[in-house]
Amino acid sequence: MSGPGEPKIRIRGLHKAFGAKNVLRGVDLDVGAGESVVVIGGSGTGKSVTVKCALGLVEPDSGSILIDGVESVGLKGAAREAVNARMGMLFQGGALFDSLSVWENVAFGLVAAGQKTRGEAKPVALDSLAQVGLGPEVGELMPAELSGGMQKRVALARAIAARPDIIFFDEPTTGLDPIMADVINDLIVECVRELGATALSITHDMASARKIADRIAMLHEGRIVWSGPVSEIDGSGDPHVDQFIHGRATGPIRMAVRR
Amino acid sequence: MNPLAAIGRAFLALLEAMGRLVLFAGVAVSHIVRPPFYPRVLLRQMVDIGYYSLPVVALTTLFSGMVLALQSHTGFARFSAEGAVAGVVSLAITRELAPVLAGLMVAGRVGASMAAELGTMRVTEQIDALSTLSTDPMKYLVAPRILAGFAMLPLLVLVGDIIGIFGGYIVGIYKLDFAPAAYIDQTWQFVEVRDVATGLVKAAVFGFLVSLMGCYHGYRSEGGAQGVGRAATDAVVSSAILILVFNYIITELFFAK
Ligand SMILES: Nc1ncnc2c1ncn2[C@@H]1O[C@H](COP(=O)(O)OP(=O)(O)OP(=O)(O)O)[C@@H](O)[C@H]1O
Ligand SMILES: [Mg+2]
Repeated sequence: MSGPGEPKIRIRGLHKAFGAKNVLRGVDLDVGAGESVVVIGGSGTGKSVTVKCALGLVEPDSGSILIDGVESVGLKGAAREAVNARMGMLFQGGALFDSLSVWENVAFGLVAAGQKTRGEAKPVALDSLAQVGLGPEVGELMPAELSGGMQKRVALARAIAARPDIIFFDEPTTGLDPIMADVINDLIVECVRELGATALSITHDMASARKIADRIAMLHEGRIVWSGPVSEIDGSGDPHVDQFIHGRATGPIRMAVRR
Repeated sequence: MNPLAAIGRAFLALLEAMGRLVLFAGVAVSHIVRPPFYPRVLLRQMVDIGYYSLPVVALTTLFSGMVLALQSHTGFARFSAEGAVAGVVSLAITRELAPVLAGLMVAGRVGASMAAELGTMRVTEQIDALSTLSTDPMKYLVAPRILAGFAMLPLLVLVGDIIGIFGGYIVGIYKLDFAPAAYIDQTWQFVEVRDVATGLVKAAVFGFLVSLMGCYHGYRSEGGAQGVGRAATDAVVSSAILILVFNYIITELFFAK
């Protein structure tokens, strides 16, 4: 278990290349217990890959990821399952099971972990759906019958249904209208503040980042180039961060576009 | 370029692919026997493979039985051995045609859809999502499909045996003017339990192979819709080839003297 002061998640020297493409080049990041950290960064800089490494979905080339002080890189089988059982993940694309109805999707983790039977899990699932602003009638639909934003909210409900210790949100608010985005932001804040969960979120939405983050980290060219409390983001003095939060096309971050 | 090096590389790649496949199969089978089990998923797959394949298997075996009766009659008539028609039809159907045709049909129907479904689940990160929800995707997705293929194809083939022989009977009675009682009598004389049993053993092996190849190619697919399409094609082609290869091997094991 993590002692006092020891971070819940400690990532050190994380490297990952896909073929010749060097995506992560030594990511160092700490997330304290009960803290909400938001990772920002340009498209394709490896934010999703970082989170997938923490969940064991992508095998890093080198580096270490300590969860509660225990090395999680290279874990397999039952050991990996035990670590993952305490984590929830909202996938960027939702990743809802399209052969199952909405409520079955949300209840999936509860039933799979043996916490609840199908019958017991249904009211819990409908409850989670209500939290993301979806009525019980939505629970009976299939994921393909939902709009993109509704799918996102169902995926969010699924990620938090089992009340995990650590939650990863990969772009929780993209594709939502501003009002619903704010509802989701509040929900994430609630998860962290009230359930005491630790959250690592990825977003491009600075309004969302300001609202849900205790700390913000900026990923650029495979490394964390700046990290600090959300209150310091405007006076970071880091040109990458400045360019990103103001959304300027010119600056140290070069997008691979031809003019 | 050195042609020997190219051959060597291709050979090594083949060995590697075979190794991966055998490992995959081993892991999948080990999950079939270890809990937790997913009866709901298994039942759905059994219905999908067994029940919904009945029409295709029935039609193919029916017409195969009919054409066999017709063809063997033209041959045997030259030697005045028309009495052998019923026997030839029933032997050919139970030993070879029902298992092979059912296997190939199920490969096209079920193997392709398994590969497409698992492939889509892979590219839309549903397989990743499973492992974040306390579920081993090999156990939840692959093991029930392989077990269902293994269990359902023999049942399909048993139905195919009956319908195929019935097809021969129809042609025998209405076209070749056999007496119904005599035709049935000859069929009983020729068919042995062993013939039917080997056909069912073949069917079980083919069912395993079809599900295995569908899951293997789907599970490993990458590269979006194009990758899913390729996985479906690979699943059908590879299971069809394996069915024919294993058909020979099993025949050799059972019938070679
Ligand atoms: N399975 C994979 N195979 C090959 N390359 C991959 C794979 N997954 C990710 N990549 C590459 O890694 C890089 C980072 O991907 P990632 O999904 O982490 O980006 P991201 O930072 O989340 O971007 P976005 O904000 O657009 O979601 C991309 O260039 C992508 O092409
Ligand atoms: Mg991403």
